Parts: sequence; C-alpha cells; structure tokens
Amino acid sequence: MADKILNKIYVKVWRQNNATAKGRFETYTVENVSQGTSFLEMMDILNDELILGGKDPIAFDHDCREGICGMCSLYINGHAHGPDTQVTTCQLHMRKFHEGQTITVEPWRVGAFPVIKDVMVDRTAFEKIQQAGGFVSVNTGGVPDGNTLPISQDDAEEAMDAAACIGCGACAATCKNSSAMLFLAAKVSQFAKLPQGQVEAKRRAKAMYAKMDELGFGGCTNTGACELACPKSISIAHIARLNREYLKAKLAD
Amino acid sequence: MSNFLSASIGRKVFMSLTGLFLISFLLIHLTLNLFLIFDDSGNLFNQAAHFMATNPIIKVMEPILALGFIIHIIWSGWITLDNMKARPQKYASGDQLLKWWAPSKNMFILGCMIFIFLVLHIFNFWVKMKITGDPLLDQATGTGVEMHNAYALVSNLFINFPLYDLIYVLGGILVGLHISHGFWSAFQTIGLNNINWMKRLKFLANLIGIVFAVGFSSIPIYFLIKF
Repeated sequence: MADKILNKIYVKVWRQNNATAKGRFETYTVENVSQGTSFLEMMDILNDELILGGKDPIAFDHDCREGICGMCSLYINGHAHGPDTQVTTCQLHMRKFHEGQTITVEPWRVGAFPVIKDVMVDRTAFEKIQQAGGFVSVNTGGVPDGNTLPISQDDAEEAMDAAACIGCGACAATCKNSSAMLFLAAKVSQFAKLPQGQVEAKRRAKAMYAKMDELGFGGCTNTGACELACPKSISIAHIARLNREYLKAKLAD
Repeated sequence: MSNFLSASIGRKVFMSLTGLFLISFLLIHLTLNLFLIFDDSGNLFNQAAHFMATNPIIKVMEPILALGFIIHIIWSGWITLDNMKARPQKYASGDQLLKWWAPSKNMFILGCMIFIFLVLHIFNFWVKMKITGDPLLDQATGTGVEMHNAYALVSNLFINFPLYDLIYVLGGILVGLHISHGFWSAFQTIGLNNINWMKRLKFLANLIGIVFAVGFSSIPIYFLIKF
C-alpha cells in the first residue's frame, strides 16, 4: 500500500545564526511529503528548497540515521526525539504527523548544551562526564580465559541494558531540571554489575557526579520523564544504583 | 564532607531523609486524629492529646520535628532554584510527555501549598494550645484529670466554620498527592530501589498517599455531616 501524501505541513523551527546570536522561530511550508518519509528526510527536503531559494539551510545534527549513533537530537512538538516511543529522531516517520499540522522543532534546551547553530547543540558536556569516570582500566597482555570471570546472565543482561545508552542527551533535554542523571546512571551501571568495573567503582560515581554538577546540569527529582524519552528505554532503576554506588563510596571516605 | 552537603545528591539525601521522617510523623498524627471520629464524647482524643503533650519522648521529638520541617522546606527552595537555573531557556512547545498535573512535576508547588496550609494549621491549633490559650480548651473534659479540652477546640472549628472544612479537606488531598511521589522517590534517592522494588515502592507510595488523603479529609467531612 502506498504511503499517504501530506499535501502541506508547517515546520516552525528555531533559527539561530551562531552561539551568541539571538535566535527566533521561523515557519516554513513543506509540500507533498510522503508519510513514509523519515523526519530527517523531510528536513532534507526543506533544506533543499531553502538552498534553491538562496537561503541558509537549517543546521541539525545527524549521522548514521539508523538509531544507534546518538548524533540526532531535536525537540519536536514537546517531545525529545518526537512523538514516538523508543526511537531517535532519525527513526521517526512522517506518519506520526497529519495534514496541515504545525510541527515545532527546537534544539535541546539544556544550559550545559549551548546552541551551536539553529537546532544543533554542543554536547561536549556528556564527553566530559564520561571522561571523568566512565571507563575501565584495561591492562595489556593476553586475553584471559572467559571461565575465570564468572558473570551471571542476569548481571550481564542488566549491564548490557545500561550499555545501550547512546549518549544522545534526550534524558537531559526532557528532564524539567535538565539533569544528566539517566546518562550518568547508564554509564555507571554498565560497569557496576561487572567485575571489570570494580577497580574504579569507588571513585567513578563520585567523579562523574562532581563533573555533572560542575557543568551546570540540574539534579534529579525522579519524575521519570527521562526513561520515557530515552530511545533505548533505559530504566530509572539504574539511577537508584548510581545513588547507591555514590553513597557507598562516600560513606567509605 | 562539605562537598557532599553542597552536591546535588547530598542535598537530595537531606530531602529524602527528612521526607521519610515527616511521613512517619504524619502517620502518628493521622492515627491520633482518627480518635476524633471514633469517640464523639471526645475522651479518647483528649487523652491522646494529653499523653502527647506530657510525654517526655514527644517533648524531645518536638524540636527535632520542627528542624525536619525547616530543613525539608529550605532545602526544597534551594534545590528548585538551582534546578531552574539548569535550563535558562524554556521550550516553546512545553513538555508533552508527562501530564501537567503529575505530582512528580509539581512537588515544589504542592509543597508550597502544603506550607501555607501548615502555617494556617499551626495558628488554628498549636498556637492556641501552647501559647495563647483558648476558652474552649478550658472546658471540663469529664475525664477527672486536669487537661486541655482539645476536642472542643477541634470540633468547634470543624462544626462552625465550613470554609475551614474545605481547607482541611484540600490540605489532606495535597499531602496525599505530595507523598504519592515523595515516598518512593525518597527510597530512589538514597539508592534503596531496583527494577523489582520500583513497582512495589510506587504501589506503596500511592497507597500511603491515598490513606493520608482519605484519612485526613474524612475528619472535617465527618464533623460537617454528623453535627
């Protein structure tokens, strides 16, 4: 069955020339968009028209367009990654929108993610948190035998669930406090359940927490919005583990 | 230690521990208040109030309770202000993910409304019992022991001032909503939660919220209907 064609939609998008410029919303009309088109393809169509018309195209982040790299962002109609669940913006399709609809597209509004241009933000803050403690000390040498490191299937699964985080920033973008707690929780949890992660366990949570506060992210008030917005459905139960890891380490100080 | 106290997590640990402490206080408060319904002569309630006013443990707990309230209130303002600063520019399309009335999104507003109620509540009863006194408190209780007639003070307010009934019903509902998020959230913050306990704690939080809302609201409604 052929996809329905949206004759006319309106895209109300945030335009900002650079990090220091004052931004404003501009509304563009996009015609004849198939509902089978992905959201970013629709943005490509719009950008083609802007370029043909001699205007500046809209700058937005994207890379793999397969929902795995964590590069795309966009806050669409009041939802991080748009009005679909468990997908990134690149996996969002125009069938989620209807004829004549005005679609509001905004950048992540997080103080720690400054706008670079239009709807593109600088997510270096996440890299800094990761560098503060989201790693394991890997020694060189021969690969040890797998049987010398017994890990239960449950633990492996839970660590893997946390490791599914692609660092897109939807959690902080959707959180009313712009908190990066779900990101931290995922990065701490993926190691906390595994023996390899124990070496730095005492300082990991503390260092990442301190970095998050320093960078100006807010605190967690357990609204659970991050978990709903997360394209990888990472559970806020990991946040409880992060807090536990932190308090354990702090009590031992 | 100093960086723990100022860290976002440290401040929240204070919120959750004081919150859980205040919930335990409310549980005792509600239990004693329900004596108002179960004995229309007022003896049961007066004796309970007398016991609470004279018991040395309660005397020690009173300033600790006040401190619990003060920390919970001041810290909430501090945390909320800081959290607001983390998003200098708001979304034009708002937040369409959580319902606007979700208690988790409105803890500070609910808290502010409860605070206003608390001040009124303290003036209605505590100030009269402890500081200014009231002719109603001096009425004979019929218990044979000299004590305040707290029942007369409470029943007079609830029978003769329907506006206060409405305010107290509202107060009960606000506390219930606040706790329906606060209870499980407190455990989450101090790390005592996981994927299995999440469901159980959320269920318990809703249950405790409903018990508080229904329990506290039932008292003014009882006086309004019965008398």
